[in-house]
Amino acid sequence: MTDMTIDRPDAGAPMTGALRRVLREYGHELLVALAILVLLAVVGTINPRFVSARNMTSVFSGNAYIAVAAIGMTMIIVIRQIDLSVGALIGVLATISGTIAVSGAPVWVAWAAPVICGAAISSVTGVLVAYAGIPSIVVSLGMMAILQGGLISVTGGAWISDLPPAFLLAKMKVLGLPMPLVWGVVLTSAAAVWMRMSAFGRSLYLIGGNAEAARAVGIPVRRRIVAVFAIHGAFAGLATLLFATQLQVIQSTTPANLELVIITAAVIGGVSILGGTGTVIGASLAAVLFAAIGSALIFVNVSAYWLRALIGVLILLTVLADVMRRRRETRAGGH
Amino acid sequence: MQLAPQQAADPGVHAPVLSLRDISKSFGPVQALKDVRFDLRSGEVHALMGENGAGKSTLVKVLAGMHRPTSGTIAAGGSEVAFGSARDATAAGIAVVHQELLLFGEMTVAENVFSGRYPRSRAGMIDWGLVRRRARALLADLDCHDLDVDAKVASLSVAMRQRVEIARALNQNAKVLILDEPTAALAEKDAERLLDIVLRLRARGVGIVYVSHRMNEIFRISDRMTVLRDGQYVGTVDAAATSEADLIAMMVGRSIDQVFPKVEAQIGAPVLEVRGLSSGPLVQDATLTVRAGEIVGLAGLVGSGRTELALTLFGITPATSGTIAIDGQEVRIGSPKAARDAGIAYVPEDRGHQGLVKPMAIRENISMAVLDRLSPGGILRKGDEKRIAAEGFRRLGVRAAGIEQPVGQLSGGNQQKVVIAKWLETRPKLLILDEPTRGIDVGAKSEIHRLMGEMAQQGLAILMISSELPEVLAMSDRVLVVAEGRIAAELPRGEATPQTVGHAMTRRTGTTAHGRARP
Repeated sequence: MTDMTIDRPDAGAPMTGALRRVLREYGHELLVALAILVLLAVVGTINPRFVSARNMTSVFSGNAYIAVAAIGMTMIIVIRQIDLSVGALIGVLATISGTIAVSGAPVWVAWAAPVICGAAISSVTGVLVAYAGIPSIVVSLGMMAILQGGLISVTGGAWISDLPPAFLLAKMKVLGLPMPLVWGVVLTSAAAVWMRMSAFGRSLYLIGGNAEAARAVGIPVRRRIVAVFAIHGAFAGLATLLFATQLQVIQSTTPANLELVIITAAVIGGVSILGGTGTVIGASLAAVLFAAIGSALIFVNVSAYWLRALIGVLILLTVLADVMRRRRETRAGGH
Repeated sequence: MQLAPQQAADPGVHAPVLSLRDISKSFGPVQALKDVRFDLRSGEVHALMGENGAGKSTLVKVLAGMHRPTSGTIAAGGSEVAFGSARDATAAGIAVVHQELLLFGEMTVAENVFSGRYPRSRAGMIDWGLVRRRARALLADLDCHDLDVDAKVASLSVAMRQRVEIARALNQNAKVLILDEPTAALAEKDAERLLDIVLRLRARGVGIVYVSHRMNEIFRISDRMTVLRDGQYVGTVDAAATSEADLIAMMVGRSIDQVFPKVEAQIGAPVLEVRGLSSGPLVQDATLTVRAGEIVGLAGLVGSGRTELALTLFGITPATSGTIAIDGQEVRIGSPKAARDAGIAYVPEDRGHQGLVKPMAIRENISMAVLDRLSPGGILRKGDEKRIAAEGFRRLGVRAAGIEQPVGQLSGGNQQKVVIAKWLETRPKLLILDEPTRGIDVGAKSEIHRLMGEMAQQGLAILMISSELPEVLAMSDRVLVVAEGRIAAELPRGEATPQTVGHAMTRRTGTTAHGRARP
């Protein structure tokens, strides 16, 4: 029994071959996109105000920061790590950014600070994970507590108000489109291309698939882990800019459950919690999907609390599908 | 040489306690067992023999209820049974002591002996007094008076833990006890004691299935032997009427020349020169040379330090002293990356764990060692990647739907070819192959051997580690024997025989032919 008997020929008409490949590689992303379209169509039919330009803009731009944060989280999960501290981190970065903004420093400093600080703080987590060998769930849990507690202690719970209008990035427009929407699309596309086309991106999938084998071929696994945490922290900083500049004030508490929303976006977007698979496009689309679901529930007069339950169901279904797919693949491999 | 398979005789006298008829088991496209027959009588020690990959472990798992056979029937105590799980097998009186012991390290010996089936007092609480008394009695029965029933299992030696597992099996009233390579991880004295325990259990009427590679043990304790080869049933013979040579012939099934075609290659200048290399207890003062076009076999018992030597050469456990030179140039190897850059490639013993990223495509696996080269400026050249993947795929004759198929779906032999293709892409000067054909079926095995010959012909220096002595003897131009972390002997092809190599494996400490194995 030497011969492979699994029959999945690449033959066939070129069109169907290409189509099949796209389906195999981006099947999950297409599924999420389809879910968004179906949702828009169905709820839009029931209540046309749901699909009004005004509502769509508020839904998509208001939640773009989740999509941006989900990009970094995707990379983290692809290399088989997790970061529970990202919600707290965004809270801290928002306060840092706002404090600088009201201090009279140039606005670009207020914008650059959260990105740089995000990368720095998250690198600490990365170093502890990669070099001290502590599981990331533990390190980031500790980091979350430090950030949350530290934030309240330092600010004393005071809100930052009177933010200068020039600082409010989320309210700006490019070519008539809201800034958060543009950022969401541009950052997601850039990260998607980078993950797919670069040797760095490929090495992350290899590490997530089998870190031991990646190390054996000379991929610097520890350095990559630190790098990914740093990049993830920078994306958290970018997400902060979209999140903290939506209103005139910045609260000095960390947004509740934000890390779970971000992780959920990655998971529903098809990023396997077991590492090695998933794309940033899927994660961003999933962030859009549940922003849309949340809004839709209001338009069809269903309690918003159902959103959480519904997302829970989606998570379980997605993970179940992932586990079943893996089981099928290993079955076929024998031994 | 007589190979007549003997079926279970005299059913009246020795009714089998366990009987398998025409058991077949396949995993996807891989047929692991085909029409296997097996009978176990009460009060007999029945050895299960076969080379690596012959299907022994699969058969053990079928007996233990862990694998459901694809076809065939199992009868226990005269009535047909169908095991849906290990629990069903336990209920039918079958207990298994696996190679990796399945105990709860943080619990006591007594708790482990009873795990899951604690006797209750009248108040419905666990009767700990009874648990401890019974555990003590069971262990005394096994002549293990020295075992403290209150000790945590994690604090015990491997030998002691094994006895705990056996006591647990007896506590479940097992009529059939399956021992899977029980002495592989034991020192000589402990192995002796285990054999005593086995004979003791036999005297009490327990049917014992004994899996081992150690010939002297097998002949000492077994009544009958069943041989498997490539998942097929070869035969069952009485131990008293069989010689070691007969048994080996049944296991190998053909003359060695047919299995391992040796290709002559031009042997050139030294590629690898190692002087006084040490790292940890299992690599001590190793000095060796491998020349271009040469295949050097590294023989030794499990735990002798063969793999550790390879890991040191490859930078996974860097050397603490000594020198390594490639093509006459001294190199420092502190990481796998440094080894790769120096021209050393390592095909690991455990493909799945260290060699492959199973969910990813063949293409992505072949290119992974040369990502830097394929991506000038950090951007991966997909065209080049496809080209080299397709080339490796074709050159090694990988059988798959195409380079986009996930490697996890391939058979063991084809997975191994992908690992080799990956490393050949780094254009190595030295290729270290650790158990290159373990768990690979016979057809793919000879293909791998043919490839090794071809690679040597092209001037590659090859260092091969193998536990299969016939493979070492047939493929190597020179054999190095490793024992207790040292190179105990160097034998040119003409002088390497099972006797000389076997002798050298155990010479250092003067232990018997099957020596000591460290976990």
